[in-house]
Amino acid sequence: MTRSRFPANRPPEIGAFFQRDRNWHPQAFTPAYKTSVLRSPQRPLLSLDNTLSELTGPVFGHNILGELDNDLIHNFAGPGESAIGPRILVYGRLLDERGIGVAGALLEVWQANAGGRYRHKKETYLAPLDPNFGGCGRTITGEDGSYCFRTIQPGPYPWPNGPNDWRPAHIHFSIFGHGFAQRLITQMYFEGDPMIWRCPIVRTINDRRAIEGLTAALDMEATIPMDARAYKFDIVLRGRRSKLFENRIEGN
Amino acid sequence: MVQTLGRLKESASQTAGPYVHIGLTPNFAGIAGVYKRDLGTAMVNDKTRGERIRVNIRVIDGAGSPLKDALVEIWQADAAGIYNSPSDLRGSADPNFTGWGRLPTDMTTGECMFETIKPGRVPFFDGRKMAPHLTVWIVARGINIGLHTRMYFGDEETANAEDPVLMRIEQKERVSTLVAPRDGDIYKFDIHLQGINETVFFDI
Repeated sequence: MTRSRFPANRPPEIGAFFQRDRNWHPQAFTPAYKTSVLRSPQRPLLSLDNTLSELTGPVFGHNILGELDNDLIHNFAGPGESAIGPRILVYGRLLDERGIGVAGALLEVWQANAGGRYRHKKETYLAPLDPNFGGCGRTITGEDGSYCFRTIQPGPYPWPNGPNDWRPAHIHFSIFGHGFAQRLITQMYFEGDPMIWRCPIVRTINDRRAIEGLTAALDMEATIPMDARAYKFDIVLRGRRSKLFENRIEGN
Repeated sequence: MVQTLGRLKESASQTAGPYVHIGLTPNFAGIAGVYKRDLGTAMVNDKTRGERIRVNIRVIDGAGSPLKDALVEIWQADAAGIYNSPSDLRGSADPNFTGWGRLPTDMTTGECMFETIKPGRVPFFDGRKMAPHLTVWIVARGINIGLHTRMYFGDEETANAEDPVLMRIEQKERVSTLVAPRDGDIYKFDIHLQGINETVFFDI
């Protein structure tokens, strides 16, 4: 672990995080997503102002990253091979609710292959594994919060919930911010996918705008011609209160 | 009309799903050769200061079954009560202690076992000392937004009795849901998602 992610002119911020909007996020108990029924706390959460235990968080240095960690087309493939499927770039910025780029944050992704099959021992879907696709990747955001992955577009797949429920194509994202209270896991969907609005997991979110916020836009200007299309996906973490009123201008 | 505040909304959470291991513990999932080792599996080394302990965690659903597909992360201070984080301005943490651990629960038993050290005490925002604790975060299939809780230590009765967070819990009988009993060097922490023993979860 290093402290390198903070440039000299940007001291670490220590203000408390904005309150989470629990009506914007999915509720814990969402019976149409059956597994949530026995896994959802029933009692009210205990509200707590942030202490040092939540304001702080681990830092990951670039030294953990391998050269192909953000290239899912090649990071599991044999020599000279590559994963099968529509080649895409997924890029964007990690921001906080104030619109400030979150630098030095670890992003980890995982996804099914182009046929909708995960490489996992509990996975039983009949679509075949791709011998050149593992399905995991990671990167660390730049000074302005920017990031980029290369991968293949995952396929939709059926899952045991209702008798005929299908997941839309999606990529899972795990995000660390600067404080443990910002910890977030979410999923990225693809513009124009008709499966999004039918999915019981997507529909655990009540606000249409929140779902649209998880839907990446096709960006033809960022494509690599004759190679890969691009999808832009910005991610937003909780913002934090400034210290302006404690005689500290930093962070404003 | 007034000016807009121009704030963004936090990206909405979605469940980590059943295949969270592929992304966060790929070697555990059988995906070898992409990352050298799974992040968060080694919190300590030979030089880490503090009392070595192990923490056994299970996450139990409303039917009483331990989750065999959960992922647990812990975050804690070092033995002197300092976090290994740039946001802790009180001093430098033990460089041989990461403070952060991540483990999947076992696919057969539903248990995971962190090898760590007992943390020191950290001040609450008003300066009072909190009792030693781990910050715990749980995700799994069926959990729509990661659950935050804390584990306190069963052999810290005095510190626990004056802990400002535990004192905030209105139903005193629920305090015990956050306190892990000690057996040798192992603290056993069962997290109950529902039921009469439902663990206290935080909105932090």
